[in-house]
Amino acid sequence: MIALLYIYIILPFVAVFLIPFFNSKIKNIILLTSVGIGVVASSYFSVESLVGNNFNYTFYGSVITGPINISVDYLSAWFIIIFNIIFAAGTVYGLYYLEPYQNKSTSISMHYIVLILTYFSLVSICVIQNFIAFIVAWEIMALSSFFAVIFEHEKESTIKAGLNYLVQAHISIVFITLGFIYIAYRTGSYDFSVITEFTQNNQGPTIIVLFLFFFVGFALKAGFIPFHTWLPYAHPAAPSHVSGIMSGVLIKIGIYGILRMILLIKTDYVIIGYIILGISVFSGLYGVMLAIIQHNLKKLLAYHSIENIGIIGIGIGMGCVGIGKSEPILIIMGFTGALLHVFNHALFKSLLFFTSGIIYQVLHYLNIEQMGGLFKKMPKTAILFLVASIAISGIPPLNGFVSEFIIYSGLFNWIKDAGIVSSIFVILTIISLVLIGGLALLCFTKAFSIVFLGNLRHHVHSEIKDGPFLQMLPLYFIAIIIVFIGVYPQFILSVLYKPVSLFANNNNYLQFVNNNAFDFISNISLLSVIFILLVVTIFIIKHFVVKNKVIETESTWGCGYVNPTAKQQYTASSFIRSYAKLFAPLLMFTKKEKPITNIIPEETNYETSPYDKIEHFFIDKPILLLNKIVNKFQFLSNGKLQFYILYGVIFILSVIFIPIIFEKIQYFIDYLKQL
Amino acid sequence: MLSLLLILVTAIFFTGIINRTKSIASGRKGPGLFQPIKDTLRLFKKGNVYSNTTTIIFKIAPTIYLSSVIMAMLVVPFGRSKGVISFEGDFVFFAYILALGKFFSIIAAMDTGSSFEGMGASREALFSMFAEPAFFILMGSLSMLTGYTSFHEMFSSFHIGSYFTYAIAILSTFVLIMITMIENSRMPIDDPKTHLELTMVHEVMILDNSGFDLGLIFTAGMLKFAIYGTLIVNLFIGMVPYEYSIPIFFAFQFLIAMIIGLIESFMARFRMNHNAQFIFALTSVSLLIFFGVLLILEKFM
Repeated sequence: MIALLYIYIILPFVAVFLIPFFNSKIKNIILLTSVGIGVVASSYFSVESLVGNNFNYTFYGSVITGPINISVDYLSAWFIIIFNIIFAAGTVYGLYYLEPYQNKSTSISMHYIVLILTYFSLVSICVIQNFIAFIVAWEIMALSSFFAVIFEHEKESTIKAGLNYLVQAHISIVFITLGFIYIAYRTGSYDFSVITEFTQNNQGPTIIVLFLFFFVGFALKAGFIPFHTWLPYAHPAAPSHVSGIMSGVLIKIGIYGILRMILLIKTDYVIIGYIILGISVFSGLYGVMLAIIQHNLKKLLAYHSIENIGIIGIGIGMGCVGIGKSEPILIIMGFTGALLHVFNHALFKSLLFFTSGIIYQVLHYLNIEQMGGLFKKMPKTAILFLVASIAISGIPPLNGFVSEFIIYSGLFNWIKDAGIVSSIFVILTIISLVLIGGLALLCFTKAFSIVFLGNLRHHVHSEIKDGPFLQMLPLYFIAIIIVFIGVYPQFILSVLYKPVSLFANNNNYLQFVNNNAFDFISNISLLSVIFILLVVTIFIIKHFVVKNKVIETESTWGCGYVNPTAKQQYTASSFIRSYAKLFAPLLMFTKKEKPITNIIPEETNYETSPYDKIEHFFIDKPILLLNKIVNKFQFLSNGKLQFYILYGVIFILSVIFIPIIFEKIQYFIDYLKQL
Repeated sequence: MLSLLLILVTAIFFTGIINRTKSIASGRKGPGLFQPIKDTLRLFKKGNVYSNTTTIIFKIAPTIYLSSVIMAMLVVPFGRSKGVISFEGDFVFFAYILALGKFFSIIAAMDTGSSFEGMGASREALFSMFAEPAFFILMGSLSMLTGYTSFHEMFSSFHIGSYFTYAIAILSTFVLIMITMIENSRMPIDDPKTHLELTMVHEVMILDNSGFDLGLIFTAGMLKFAIYGTLIVNLFIGMVPYEYSIPIFFAFQFLIAMIIGLIESFMARFRMNHNAQFIFALTSVSLLIFFGVLLILEKFM
């Protein structure tokens, strides 16, 4: 196992240095083999860990870092397995997605290198138990994913989105680093285990603030509102396999961080639980509310990631309250729901991004208002998209329902014996979870039907067809897992039982899981199977009954009008119009209008685009204010070299003299005191 | 198992009673009680007309719609007897499996590429979304009151202890009847007898369905009525023995059907843009139930 570990560390360096020297075919092979070996090796460690052999190893490190502990525990193993599935699928899919770009050899080399670095840094983050090594890995992950996002760097919007991501990723690092610095300063050690010791001995509000620092840092990565603003820009700008990986994996590393901190930091979790619950409910609702009004397919999906992070957060919040009140049922239901939803969301969201990538490859645009009727031309893509849409709406018999159901049963179990305040809190959470489900249904019926059903609304020159079989293969694979979890959730729960047991660290809790808490799961599985059989039966009956009857094909009923065009179809904007009117106070649209002026009107246009109200108030307004203040000092940068040298001299002088002056003043004060 | 049987029996005459009530209220003799069933059976014998824009989605959607309603039927209990499958949190499954049916009926409507059917589809999605919180608050309150989280256990231990619970039951009946009207697209949310596409919700979605498919949709509609009726009856019968509860059941279903018929006879449909507010107001009624339960449990201490 140690040898495997060293292979694992050396592999990315070798691959990274080899890639630029070969032609595109061998580059592909290097990428596949290095990610492949990485996936196999880390899966081996994770599976070993989940069956009970946690892997621990200590590197000597250096004078600065101290010994670096590597540990693959249940939580890391769970996340590594998720990352492996999505990354493996994304890499295979990505090779085909990048085929049209193969002539840009340098870009491709760069992209492959950053993909490898992203993958290996992500897995390292899950196992490193040392502050400095953790931050280094985190930084590699942030930088390499930034370069992965700006693959199409010749577009201005891509660079803008990428920079936005880069800045916010580093704000996240600032928060995490500050948290680590505080602990290291107080304890003098860089190992994760000191966090537990330190927090156990120092209870009080400081620790809650410390936790919130970590929470903000990781939430910036995960995309909780109001830390989400990079997400809707980065996802659409990135190539589709990267968006799939980002949504499935990268934002989950934020969730991993939060969960890891919950395991390490010991403090009053009731308050923290309610804070997380509040932020999550808000994220879930606002994310889906904004998702509905998006007409860029990938942006719509990006907002949905925020919604799903909200659902995961509801689970985590519930679990935290459970830890605080030591109520096993809340801990188990909350963290099981959250961890399962992490996996589920990784599956269906990456599937949605991959399928929308296939659409982008044939149409070269992502505005859904110009799509339509793709079902007939690319049926496989359409069915995959449909499966993922049903799953993401949390509807049985697919996987999204299972995790949402577990969260629901946790909430309903909580409300059974809750006090007045917590019961109101819980009922509000339930209302918002229900609304999230309903809004997601509205959003995905819109997305699926406008993109795939009806007739194409825009003329396209290229041939519209499904991707090649090998490109579709990882997508089928993901879809099969989605259906499998939906109809046979018992298996995945039996795996999940170990990561959850970390949070409920008491043998009684495990017994509790074994006994009856998850009885309903077998019933759900049974009902899903019955449902599928029922659909098949009715469809077969229909087939035999209708077989001898007259089946006619006519044009769609048009109220007497017999020659409708594609433009007369119901559009995405009209589909959500009544929604947008109802929710108008919470939403924000920017309108561009050229009004009719003359008696004989000229050509006019009218354009609306949705905008994020929270981004407007939390990001844009403060930046504008900052600009105003900073602009006052613009006279300083007057372009004259002499001045700049003067600034340098002033700086050096102040560095030297301020401490001296300070010392003198202190001396003077002391002198006064003596008098 | 008993509930399944009772729902099926009720479904046969429920729509008939509504129609009969409406015709008597408007001074006509009206069709027989079994006319809706006969109409539906005739549809099953007919051929189909499909729009050339449609795909397999359109052909399979009615099947999934009916299946989802049947699945919902399986978890509904009756008094002392459980539903066919009963487990903790089955009402969540109940609501979500119905949502699956809705999902497919919506995308099937959009599949025709029509300029009308999307209108109904978008309204259906919006209205049912607004109705859902009321149902969940109701169920949350009941599970708080009784300490259980499955339909059967909640209903059967509803009236043990306080008589206040009957007040809660009456409020719940109001909420459930309104949800029934929304889910089945009846007045005052939607007018099934209207002749203008612009004012329809459910009817406009199934404009292009015909023959066997339309038969499936009608069957699902009848079952849905009976299912919600059964839920309402369950609020009252609790652990009453069968020799009383079954007659009460039929009397109640008859009454509910009549009430729906009367509402439809004497009320006009709401303005479409007021519907959403109205449905959301239903949520506040169910919040009233929630606070009532808090009061009964004496949690305001």
